[in-house]
Amino acid sequence: MAKTVAEELAKKQQSISVSEFFTKNRHLLGFDNPRRALLTTIKEGVDNSLDACQEAKVLPEIKVKIKQLEEERYSVIVEDNGPGIVKAQIPNIFAKLLYGSKFFTMKQQRGQQGIGISAAVLYSQLTTGKPAKITSKIGKNHPAHYYELKIDTKNNEPDIVIDKEVSFDQDHGTRVELEMEAIYQKGSRGVDEYLKQTSIANPHAEIIYTDPEGQKIKFPRASDKLPVEPKEIKPHPHGIELGIFISMLENTNSKTLTSFFTNDFIRVSSVTAKKICDEALFKPTEKPQSLNRDQAEKLYKIVQNTKLIAPPTNCLSPIGDDALQKSLEKEVPAEFFASITRPAAVYRGNPFQIEAAIAYGGQLDPEGPIKLLRFANRVPLQYQQSACAITKSIIDTNWRNYNISQSRGALPQGPITIAVHMASVWVPFTSESKEAVAHYPEIIKEIKLAVQECGRKLATHIRRTVRVREQRERASLFEKYIPEIASSLHNLTKTNKKEIEDNLYKILKKSLKDLMPQEEENVEENKKRKK
Amino acid sequence: MSKKIKKEKNNENPAKSLETLGINVVSQIKKGKNPEIPIPIRALSNVEFDEKSQTVTLGNKISARYFFNVAHAKKFLQTVEVASISKNLLSEKKHASLRDVFYMAKRTIPGTKVNLVDEQTESDSVLEDLELITDLSREQLHVNANKNGSVAGKVVIEDKGDTIDWSKLGSGGWSIPSNVEEIKFKKVTGKFILYMEKAAVWERLHEDKFWEKQNCIIMSSQGQTTRGIRRLLQRLTSEFNLPIYVLCDNDPWGAYIYSVIKYGSINLAHISSKMAIPSVKYLGITCDDIEKYKLEKHSIKLKDTDLARIKQISEYTWFKDNKAWQRQFKMMKENKTKLEIQALSSRGISFISDVYLPEKIKNKDFLN
Repeated sequence: MAKTVAEELAKKQQSISVSEFFTKNRHLLGFDNPRRALLTTIKEGVDNSLDACQEAKVLPEIKVKIKQLEEERYSVIVEDNGPGIVKAQIPNIFAKLLYGSKFFTMKQQRGQQGIGISAAVLYSQLTTGKPAKITSKIGKNHPAHYYELKIDTKNNEPDIVIDKEVSFDQDHGTRVELEMEAIYQKGSRGVDEYLKQTSIANPHAEIIYTDPEGQKIKFPRASDKLPVEPKEIKPHPHGIELGIFISMLENTNSKTLTSFFTNDFIRVSSVTAKKICDEALFKPTEKPQSLNRDQAEKLYKIVQNTKLIAPPTNCLSPIGDDALQKSLEKEVPAEFFASITRPAAVYRGNPFQIEAAIAYGGQLDPEGPIKLLRFANRVPLQYQQSACAITKSIIDTNWRNYNISQSRGALPQGPITIAVHMASVWVPFTSESKEAVAHYPEIIKEIKLAVQECGRKLATHIRRTVRVREQRERASLFEKYIPEIASSLHNLTKTNKKEIEDNLYKILKKSLKDLMPQEEENVEENKKRKK
Repeated sequence: MSKKIKKEKNNENPAKSLETLGINVVSQIKKGKNPEIPIPIRALSNVEFDEKSQTVTLGNKISARYFFNVAHAKKFLQTVEVASISKNLLSEKKHASLRDVFYMAKRTIPGTKVNLVDEQTESDSVLEDLELITDLSREQLHVNANKNGSVAGKVVIEDKGDTIDWSKLGSGGWSIPSNVEEIKFKKVTGKFILYMEKAAVWERLHEDKFWEKQNCIIMSSQGQTTRGIRRLLQRLTSEFNLPIYVLCDNDPWGAYIYSVIKYGSINLAHISSKMAIPSVKYLGITCDDIEKYKLEKHSIKLKDTDLARIKQISEYTWFKDNKAWQRQFKMMKENKTKLEIQALSSRGISFISDVYLPEKIKNKDFLN
């Protein structure tokens, strides 16, 4: 008797290794092509450094260096002045996938899934076979440890190649060096742009970048103030998904449903918790672990329909309108800047806050669409611009109100850069690659309010500059009219032409100022009409 | 300039008036002032209906035209330039047409892309302003409009030494010049004047020898009645006491042509006294004629612009309390149709001269 199909298939089925998982999902992890791989590696390294410095309350000083080794082979070095990593943790952090401290915390932070730097280590290993070189030092009187690490892809365990003590020219910090197959390109999706935008979103950080051509570019600090440490909060029941809710039920230390709701979540009082249980026909004293999947879903749905107070918003750490504007002034060669930080708001139980800044004129390209810089929790979003709620909000804003040209359904046009930052304990992305913010109405509304505020400030500026230019044009027009009128008047009255002209030029000079208030009256009138 | 325009004050020396305008401007300039020219406003907002004279007259509202004002500068320059052109015409003892004046003023101002005048309407309008500023008529400023309009009938005149018999001018009749002040009437035997808004209708009546059969004068222009025609009508009626009947299309535009002849126009309210003829009567076409002569099928649907114009005209002070006219406007609005004079031809080519007009005149079927 022949074997069944299932039996045939079973032969091929075997547990896939970490490297296979990585290869199959590299697009989700940001390693789908050599160009993006380079950017993702640097992103992971810089994110780690910024986070580490923030936790240690150190003003970050990050050095990034890219060296070309062969046509498509590069070495990447990221070094920071952070707190360093204790020796025992180094192999786990760099050479074990999905190892990290970022799971299940409700706190504004950069990376949200902890795929992190180990993915870059694995990519390096898969494309070159070389180990990652890590150096870290945790303090003045501690030795610096140097590791060469590989990932044991079968068991997802660190494979230590070299472990020794070395000298390190800083009191504390970490240095990561990876060799990898990569393509280096400039442009809006390249490393250079990423570092520039990162510097804009992190005014407290200094970044020194050495590009493959050996050129050193320094992105200085715009502010010496460390960002406010975001507070960790417990989740709000309206902000979590069913899957997470179920795993929270399974893993909670709370003994009863009531205490589960009141201890593991915010904004649920014991009275409300009891009401929820009553409605679901469960005993408030029921053990959370005793609920099966269907019961959990029933409970979840009731919770979602229960009125609860919105979560607190003081857990967020915005860049701040002043700092954001200073950053932009430092990196964008424009003549006018404006910025705003909106009050915090809430979408689906998640607190969030929108900030926007605008730069106009100067050396910015007057042709074509504006340049849009998108940030989520201080991380630049360089891909999927058209799918992003930030882009949609800007397209949906009527820029013609602010004297800026805009075609229907398109970004406005002109010498303008707009930066929008969303800070949230949970930024909703449209996909795993985390490059576009999802279209929640509450988020779009806040972004629009923020850019409108910037637009209004810009419009005032444009009106003023346009007025000055028009005034100049007018003066020159009157100048041209004067000889004409003088010759007509000379013909009518036989008065000396030169005498009339000279007098008229005198009046022109004197009255140029008086020509303006009239304009302003009209502006006032327009305002009134709009009201 | 709050005083009413005084008629024919400066007739003696038009050049002096223009010079005065120039001197006023120059003296302001010498004082270091932004020079201004005060100009009475020519718009509905500044016309009044004078019950006593039954004419549209200009109100007291004055606007100042400044040189150093973005909105006024070009117009100010045009005003002075056209005054200067007119002064040259006077000193050279030449007459120019409105078109001539336009070309004499038209040029690009050096160093700019700005033309001193772009359209003839601009120089025309400035000339009308100059009339107000100087109290001189356009003709006194030596500017004439194009000839427009024809007349035929039992009248003999003298013009520039030539004797002209309006009944002996073949198929074309006498073309009415823009300036009729110098004409002398030698013999007037016609008993009334029939004025019509359409040259084609005039030709019809002329071919039918209507003026001979009815012993009258027929006169027409094409569209709006020119100043020359209005002046000629006024002179004939005041000097020979001839009744004037007006024949227009049955639509708001026809009604306004009648209104201008009778009461004066809004645009030229300052010369109403020289132009308006309060005694004229409206012969047709009326809404009642459409019913009476069964012309419903030959009417044309009113457009939105027509309806808007009816509303406007019916609100003019001089029509507001006129019950007969309000009734006409109401019927126009209700029927939503208009009728051209030529629609009468549907009843026969000479129906107008054989039946329609004689009946109307015999029955004194007029609107006032």
